[in-house]
Amino acid sequence: MTAFTEMACPLFTAVGADDRSFELSDYEGAAARWCPGCGDHSILTAVERLLVAEQLKPEQTVFVSGIGCSSRFPHYLKTYGFHGIHGRALPVATGVKLHRPDLTVFVVMGDGDCTSIGAGHWLHAIRYNMRMVALMLDNAIYGLTKNQTSPTTPQGHKTNTQPKGSYLPPLNPIEVALGVTNASFVAQTAEWVPAHLFATLRAAYRHDGLAFVRILQRCPVYTPGIYQLAVQKPDVIELLVHDDGVMVPELERTYKNRITHDPRDLNRARELATVGEHVRLGVFYRDETKPKYEDTRRTQVRTVQERVGLLNAELDKYAV
Amino acid sequence: MPAPHRAYPYREPTTSMSTEIRELEPTSPHTFPPTILRRAEHTVEIVSDSGEGAQKCGQIFGAVSAKMGNGVWTVEIIPAEIQPPPRMPDGASGYRIRIGSEPVTNWGDETNLVVAFNEQVLLARHRLGALAPDATILLENKWESHPDEDVQQAWRAAHEELSARSYRIIHVPMDEQCLTLVDNPRKGKNMFVLGMLACIYEREMDRIRDQIAYAFRKKSEEIYAQNVALLQLGYDWAREQIDFRVEVRATPVTQPMVVMNGNEAIGMGVLAAGFELCAMYPITPATSASHYLGETFDRFGGVLHQAEDEIAAAGVAIGASYAGSVALTITSGPGLALKTEFIGLAVMTETPLVIVDVQRGGPSTGLPTKVEQSDLLAVLYGQPGDAPKVVMAPATIEDCFHSMITARRIAEAFRCVVVVLSDANLATGVQPFPRPVLEDRWMQTSLDQDAVPPGTKAYDWDERTGLSRRVIPGQPNGAFTLTGLEHDARSKVAYSGGVHQHSSAMRSRKLAVLQTMLLPAPIHGDDSGDLLIVGWGSTKGAIEEAVDRARAAGHRVSSLHLTFLSPLPPGLRETFARFAKVCTVELNYSDEPDAPFITPDNRRLGQLAWLLRAATLTDVDCWTRVPGEPLRPGSIADVIQTKLVEARPLPNVPAHSVRGAA
Repeated sequence: MTAFTEMACPLFTAVGADDRSFELSDYEGAAARWCPGCGDHSILTAVERLLVAEQLKPEQTVFVSGIGCSSRFPHYLKTYGFHGIHGRALPVATGVKLHRPDLTVFVVMGDGDCTSIGAGHWLHAIRYNMRMVALMLDNAIYGLTKNQTSPTTPQGHKTNTQPKGSYLPPLNPIEVALGVTNASFVAQTAEWVPAHLFATLRAAYRHDGLAFVRILQRCPVYTPGIYQLAVQKPDVIELLVHDDGVMVPELERTYKNRITHDPRDLNRARELATVGEHVRLGVFYRDETKPKYEDTRRTQVRTVQERVGLLNAELDKYAV
Repeated sequence: MPAPHRAYPYREPTTSMSTEIRELEPTSPHTFPPTILRRAEHTVEIVSDSGEGAQKCGQIFGAVSAKMGNGVWTVEIIPAEIQPPPRMPDGASGYRIRIGSEPVTNWGDETNLVVAFNEQVLLARHRLGALAPDATILLENKWESHPDEDVQQAWRAAHEELSARSYRIIHVPMDEQCLTLVDNPRKGKNMFVLGMLACIYEREMDRIRDQIAYAFRKKSEEIYAQNVALLQLGYDWAREQIDFRVEVRATPVTQPMVVMNGNEAIGMGVLAAGFELCAMYPITPATSASHYLGETFDRFGGVLHQAEDEIAAAGVAIGASYAGSVALTITSGPGLALKTEFIGLAVMTETPLVIVDVQRGGPSTGLPTKVEQSDLLAVLYGQPGDAPKVVMAPATIEDCFHSMITARRIAEAFRCVVVVLSDANLATGVQPFPRPVLEDRWMQTSLDQDAVPPGTKAYDWDERTGLSRRVIPGQPNGAFTLTGLEHDARSKVAYSGGVHQHSSAMRSRKLAVLQTMLLPAPIHGDDSGDLLIVGWGSTKGAIEEAVDRARAAGHRVSSLHLTFLSPLPPGLRETFARFAKVCTVELNYSDEPDAPFITPDNRRLGQLAWLLRAATLTDVDCWTRVPGEPLRPGSIADVIQTKLVEARPLPNVPAHSVRGAA
């Protein structure tokens, strides 16, 4: 509850302090209808855990999504939700947050949503750096429309639109995000490592700015194999560890490959995002000092009487 | 007996201006006092290369005329480029001001007095037929003796071409005069011209100086002083060298008035209506409304968000509105096209959204700076699926202001999309109108953060009206997920035919409910007759002036102007039935009935004509044009003549006296 929040949003005071406590069931919406084995289930569970852990008020929390399998997310939660159109979750979230800095905003996108049809918004939202969590659930395929190549589909992977195999090397979302001016939090995690997923979500939620999190996510129907190696062989994975990043001590027995990475080191982050064969999980970059768009746009709250007075003064300038 | 074509009195003849004083040499001292030309109205324009300040000069002249109590309508003459090459007819940039003793509702017919900074931009206006046959022209003379022989040649050729009409051309040494005060006449020549016009039209110099101070409020005191000196120089020069004055008597102002252009009026309407967020992306000719908000909105506690693209602008407005903001987006045709999917989402989620579309010529990039009314059907039917929405069109600058207040109220009360169709003519046209008396209730925020009763539905539709309560994030017990997928009242995704049928009906019903609250469109003229002209948007003034001329000549013509295009006001079919013929006049494309291959079966009609035929089962005809400029009352008066004959061939009007509508 910063002074800014109270100033920018008079509504804030409308919701009084309460002593409610929330359990998992307080956040559960409709039964999820994703395929059995879909990684989205585990992400939903981790998000629900986060909501409980942080005791977020359901009415003060908004999940905004686009279109795709993962974008059904808000329906399965009992918070406010806005399930919009393909690729455009971020502008809607921007609007919510511009008007209501007091609300906690999560954005849930798929890889097609975020890195293809909505790629323009993705870059600009990172640059706006508004306080929100932007999750990209990356199963490297268009699932809802049934098996088409996405920008993150591995080269050579066969789909209905590129049956001889995806033509080009996949887009690297972490590399892209790290390249955007004013990026302030870029992380990668995987749905099959629930402890890491939760810890990353929590770090993202607690970050002061836009937290972009790419969540590697299995699609059991169309891309069951692409993360198979990483799931089965923990040594394929390399954890980025640092006190300012994500630390999950209980994973250390399983995941032997660890590299200490200071999330303030942008050049090193870019190197880690692009060089080497490991699948790296952790916080690549974090800098809370970056300007936030909503702070630059803070305006005075004016009463109706004040505004009438100001407008009359405006009309005076145009008076005959 | 009805007068033949154009014979009815519609304007005082202006021939005296040229005949009385034609032979005078402008550079020689005259015998004074000068001739006073008394006129009920007069149209003056200033044309220059882009960047020479003709528009600023015209704006100040128009504003001062309005403040003195004259009726005023101004039109910008804008090239599409920022700095087109100099001395090119295509690059003509300028400002046209029609002033009158009575309120002026449109730009009129032809220009009576032109100030031209070079002969090439003048040619452009001449070739467009913008100038009255006897227009007086004040032309910068430096080109005549320009060191470049090509320029001299162009000057002579232009005069040859201009001599086809009986203009009175007065050569004015603008540069030469300005050089006595400044080093670079290009900056400041416009103030010299303003001074000349102030003398010719007997404008109050104090008011002009005030207006200059306001126009240059962001510049230094030095700049102001220099401009005022040039103003005085022009005034003094004209006082000694120009042998006529034009007197357009002003009607004393009896009520407080304001004067502004349509985009400023929209910007102020946004403030008056209590909007809290405007998301936009730069696009001509809509952007100047955002410029106005850029200067003012912060102080009112509002946010002007320049989004990364047109789509995002719509998305931000929808997101803000969903979160309880009073939000709008302002755009023009190409931007509207990009927003299409989001508009559908707003309709589907019943998120209040106001969209201002300042129409320009289309399709595609089309004519970015030119007026057109071609977005009506795109707005109404541009979304895949059934996307009912409210569409309204301001007809005057004053309407631009008040439509924002109406649009907000409807959008919130009906949880719907309201599109306000302005156009480039209104956007840049300047007109005085009664100063709005602001009301607190316009600005009230609609936000409610109280808990809703447990079990409240996301769309708590009243089954008769389709109206429902809007619940906003922050309200306990709400916590719905709104979705662009088809849904039931609880916002549960549902694809069954029954749900889709019912939810579609709920979204549609709201329009019928709104229609019950609309008044029948007022008829200008008698409520029955031979011909009813129907228009919408910025053409109202020109149509009504043309109808008035025809009625003064004894014709049974009326007009009807639609503010609401969706829903249409009640009673149209009954009104239409009282006229022998109904014809729309619009600024959009329709096939000429007598063009090759065109038959009544395949003729594509004006956009309003299509709509009215469908809605009223009346055989509505249309006359439409896409000239890239506003319609002239004279052209519409011609159309009325033609359509009258088609409506009810009158034995006493010989067919040969009726000129074709083209």
